[in-house]
Amino acid sequence: MIKLKIDGVNVEVPKGTTILNAAKKIQVDIPTLCYHPDLHPRASCGICVVKVNGKMLRACCTPVENGMDIITRDPEIIETRRTILKLELSHHPNECLTCIRNECCELQSLASTFGLRERTFRNIIPSKEIMPADDSTKCIVLDPRKCILCGRCVEVCQTIQNVWALAFLDRSIDTHVAPAGNLPLADTPCIKCGQCTAHCPTGALSEYDNSEEVWSMLQNPEYHTIAQIAPAVRVSLGEAFGLEPGTVTTGKIYAALRRLGFKTVFDTNFGADVTIMEEGSEFVERLTKGNGVLPMITSCCPAWVDYMEKFYPDMIPHFSSCKSPHAIVGALSKTYYADKIGVDAAKMKVVSVMPCTAKKFEVIRSKEMFSSGYQDVDVSLTTREIARMIKQAGIDFINLPEEQADSPLGEYTGAGTVFGFSGGVMEAALRTVHYLVTGQEMAEKDLEVKPILGIDKGIKEMSMNLDGKEIRIAVAHGTGNVGTVLNRVREALKKGEEPPYHFIEVMACNGGCIGGGGQPRGVTNEVRMARMKGLMSDDKHSEFRCSHQNPDIQKLYKEFLGTPLSNKSHHLLHTHYEPILLYKYHPELKK
Amino acid sequence: MVELSREQIEKLKQLGRVQKENLLKVGEAFKDEVQKYIASIYTCNATGCHSGGAGNVIEAFKESLETFGLQDKVRMVATGCMGLCASGPLARVEIKGREPFLYKQVTPDVARLIVSEHIAPTLEKGTSEPLKLSKYLQGKELSLKLPFFTKQKKVVLKNLGHSDPENLGEYVALGGYQALMKCLEMKPEEVLEIIKKSGLRGRGGAGFPTGKKWEMLASAPLVDGEKFIVCNGDEGDPGAYMDSCILGGGAHQVLEGMMIGAYATGATSVWFYIRAEYPLALQRVELAIKQAKKHGILGRNIFGSNFNFMADLRYGAGAFVCGEETALLESLEGQRGTPHPRPPYPTQKGLFGKPTAINNVETLANIAPIILNGPEWFSSVGTATSKGTKVFALTGKVNHSGLVEVPMGTTVGEMVNEVGGGTSSGKPFKAVQTGGPSGGVIPASHLDMPLCYEELKKIGSMMGSGGMIVMDHDDSMVEIAKFYLNFTVDESCGKCAPCRIGGYQMLQLVKKIAEGKGTQEDLALIEQIGNAMKRGALCGLGQTAPNPVLSTIRFFHDEYEALIQQATEKKQAEQKLKGEISKLENEMTKLETQKPVTGAGCNVNCTKR
Repeated sequence: MIKLKIDGVNVEVPKGTTILNAAKKIQVDIPTLCYHPDLHPRASCGICVVKVNGKMLRACCTPVENGMDIITRDPEIIETRRTILKLELSHHPNECLTCIRNECCELQSLASTFGLRERTFRNIIPSKEIMPADDSTKCIVLDPRKCILCGRCVEVCQTIQNVWALAFLDRSIDTHVAPAGNLPLADTPCIKCGQCTAHCPTGALSEYDNSEEVWSMLQNPEYHTIAQIAPAVRVSLGEAFGLEPGTVTTGKIYAALRRLGFKTVFDTNFGADVTIMEEGSEFVERLTKGNGVLPMITSCCPAWVDYMEKFYPDMIPHFSSCKSPHAIVGALSKTYYADKIGVDAAKMKVVSVMPCTAKKFEVIRSKEMFSSGYQDVDVSLTTREIARMIKQAGIDFINLPEEQADSPLGEYTGAGTVFGFSGGVMEAALRTVHYLVTGQEMAEKDLEVKPILGIDKGIKEMSMNLDGKEIRIAVAHGTGNVGTVLNRVREALKKGEEPPYHFIEVMACNGGCIGGGGQPRGVTNEVRMARMKGLMSDDKHSEFRCSHQNPDIQKLYKEFLGTPLSNKSHHLLHTHYEPILLYKYHPELKK
Repeated sequence: MVELSREQIEKLKQLGRVQKENLLKVGEAFKDEVQKYIASIYTCNATGCHSGGAGNVIEAFKESLETFGLQDKVRMVATGCMGLCASGPLARVEIKGREPFLYKQVTPDVARLIVSEHIAPTLEKGTSEPLKLSKYLQGKELSLKLPFFTKQKKVVLKNLGHSDPENLGEYVALGGYQALMKCLEMKPEEVLEIIKKSGLRGRGGAGFPTGKKWEMLASAPLVDGEKFIVCNGDEGDPGAYMDSCILGGGAHQVLEGMMIGAYATGATSVWFYIRAEYPLALQRVELAIKQAKKHGILGRNIFGSNFNFMADLRYGAGAFVCGEETALLESLEGQRGTPHPRPPYPTQKGLFGKPTAINNVETLANIAPIILNGPEWFSSVGTATSKGTKVFALTGKVNHSGLVEVPMGTTVGEMVNEVGGGTSSGKPFKAVQTGGPSGGVIPASHLDMPLCYEELKKIGSMMGSGGMIVMDHDDSMVEIAKFYLNFTVDESCGKCAPCRIGGYQMLQLVKKIAEGKGTQEDLALIEQIGNAMKRGALCGLGQTAPNPVLSTIRFFHDEYEALIQQATEKKQAEQKLKGEISKLENEMTKLETQKPVTGAGCNVNCTKR
């Protein structure tokens, strides 16, 4: 333990603690701007300066030492922080009222806290015409004028996600965050995971806002509008309304969506159950009949799909061909459901509410996304967008009565709901695979596959006995962790050895969808844990906990699809993958 | 480390002895070779003189010597920097039995004259007759008794203008690599103790004690079996070029210093990081590494010891910030060169995450002389806290401008008036700027201030790498401040807000004042930004970037005031003029409305209608 003094108060903290965290122990909240608890401190802004034995140091990155005498505030420190903040404001547009981060911007709240009442320095930010925003991905918007160069996005893109789409370019006052060569983001390795948008303190990186489009769909009486919500949305949307992370608000979300004007409310969890039926069967085929290569890798995360197509195209045959749950619900809505209620699918509009920015891209990523004859999912909204829409509509979310989802694509099992966190897809798959292989249900105590749950480790491994055969499993989250797993597979295949795994689950974001790029901001590991616990309790309280037990699923196959992997299933519920170049060729750059 | 058997150790020792003998033989061979010459011409071929045409001068010397048949009697050497760069190309003629003679501004024609009028006659007539300089050469001679030369004490630059930098034999003959041999017979801790005792401090700017830095590296455990010493050759201060010259003229001396450091600290390899704009330095370092490898100075079991060691060279792309040690490491790793916070210090977690000590070129060049002459010898020169000598690049409006090495504690006055020989314009001396863009100005009132780390810091400047620019009465201090700030703003890496935005905003305000548009408020804002940068910038460069501005405001406040006063007066005059114009305009309209409107032939006052 390290003993030190902060503002005259004795503190004792473990070795390696930063001054920032040590101060929290004595209820001192040192202001920060570039710092994010999720990331390695970059120490760029200088707001958190404190005096250590008379010397000015940054609290966010300085580890405590024995005998330190720290002052966290005196007129000189406050003056320094205020001047830095004023300088930041002089290189930032004065557009708070129309900014996507109005009222939830870290720079704005600091300016408010420090009581800045005037712009001391001349504003030097270039105009929009000179420095336009990049919305080429239609998932993520990069507005360099609002960037304060905290570097969180670069850190998360390079170090955590290992994508390297974003980097610092130029120097001095011209320094900015952009893809290499100032290319449009859509032409770079960007996988649209949106982690940059979840970590950005200002409006420099945000989700592409589709809410206007959805409002106009809702206003059009000709349309039959259908909403569906992803597993992870139900445990995070409440945060936008002041609820604790992890609070399960499924019933309230259904109600809110109906009040917004959606005619039908489905649940993506149902789609997850279908995914398990298809993907589980696909795995059993590959495992028992040798119909396809092993290991099989899950494919329900669109950012991961993009990553693999760009960085590991040689692994494409290992991907499950099954679509992601919201695409499945979209396809079934415009076929199975449209037939059932006798509505022309052309007049149907499906909106999915996702914790994810990459889903916005997924809805048009290949021709299979139009399997119903129309675009299966018309718009994908993030949790943050739907929260704004609910607020705009004046809906008192917290006091809403709980409602039920609509039939036949609304009933879900516990297996569907655990799709929202890392290890969940694998867990759900194993529950059904066990049944498909052995013909017996998994014992209640085995339902939660402990070694692959949790978020402390980026790669989780285990092996289990399935009908006398050893099945080796790996679960990775955060694309930065995937390389290790895939390289092991690559190496084994190259040497002609048996691959180290049979089944691999990957989610692009840390913790899985609960930590998705479209989720309410301020995510830390504590928040991820709380959201995960919320989903686990949703699973525990479910009547059915295995996808194949879902009566509506059984009905779906009986009435419409036939069996898993049937021709109809393949047409509607499966897709294909193609290698993608990391950088789109730009002939003008050759000059 | 692998345990060796007794026979292996014996064999190694044997091998080491042979290696040492062979190396010393190279030195002896050189001595034997120069024995045959009765005279030498040393021509400075460092960057400055080379660009002044030293290459052609050397050719002319060679041709002339051949014409006179003297090529076997006179040794022709292209040397490193001789120091008096402004008077280059320089050539030094040494004839046995005669005082050395220095020529300035040598052209190929002058070179031919030197051979025909000075060397050839002297060799013919013998050295008994006093030298009478022919009329053609008069005005080309430079007295070696100038204070510029006599005031200097050369430790680092000792061999620079007086030996062939590409000749390993000459370096060995001058005592080269003997410090390393001496060290290898000591324990690493003993070597460390010598450096600590010498009081040597980093010559790159901040003046961190070298012994302490090495001790920190020595106590850091190896990571993956490695730790490093990096030579910081990314000199970037405008006007400073000592590292370029030291590397170009004494690469072996720097390499030897690094190897001694590696032995003392247990480092496993060294890296040279040299900016790509220094082709000569790069070429010489590359050659030195090659020669050292060939002679077993680099490699495994050096001189039969258990010490294995490699050196490598990396080019810097020329960003000023990459001279900052943490940014330099990033750049060495192939990343964008931006500083990162310390701790962890590079000695704990440096290059590729392994313990690393980063030393300046000049610091490393001091090591071998300290080992050979002892720490007491070194610490006997200088002040109480700043030991040894320091190389300065003395430039600006000074009579003798060039590279000088003086004992620490030499006063500003001695530097300007004696070494520099006073202002070149003859006008009164106003100030010197030290420490480059991180430093500040020392006004004429501080002429007796000794040049050492503490005093310079006290006055709001710093040692920096040793740039020293002399200014006379005509120089505007606001312009000087603007020039340096412009440099640091341009070279800011853009990482931290105080430096990136603060520097830029400050520059706009300084420009505004310089253009005669400033106000008192602007001056207050400059100081506000300056304080925030000093306290809040991440790295040393950002923290010191406001120094040139703040120190000129401190010592030459009147110049800023005058410009502001000018602006205020101009504004007041403009306003007064505007007031008068509008007054006139008002009167005009008044007159126009009062004017009776009369029709043709009508005598009735219409306004009354």
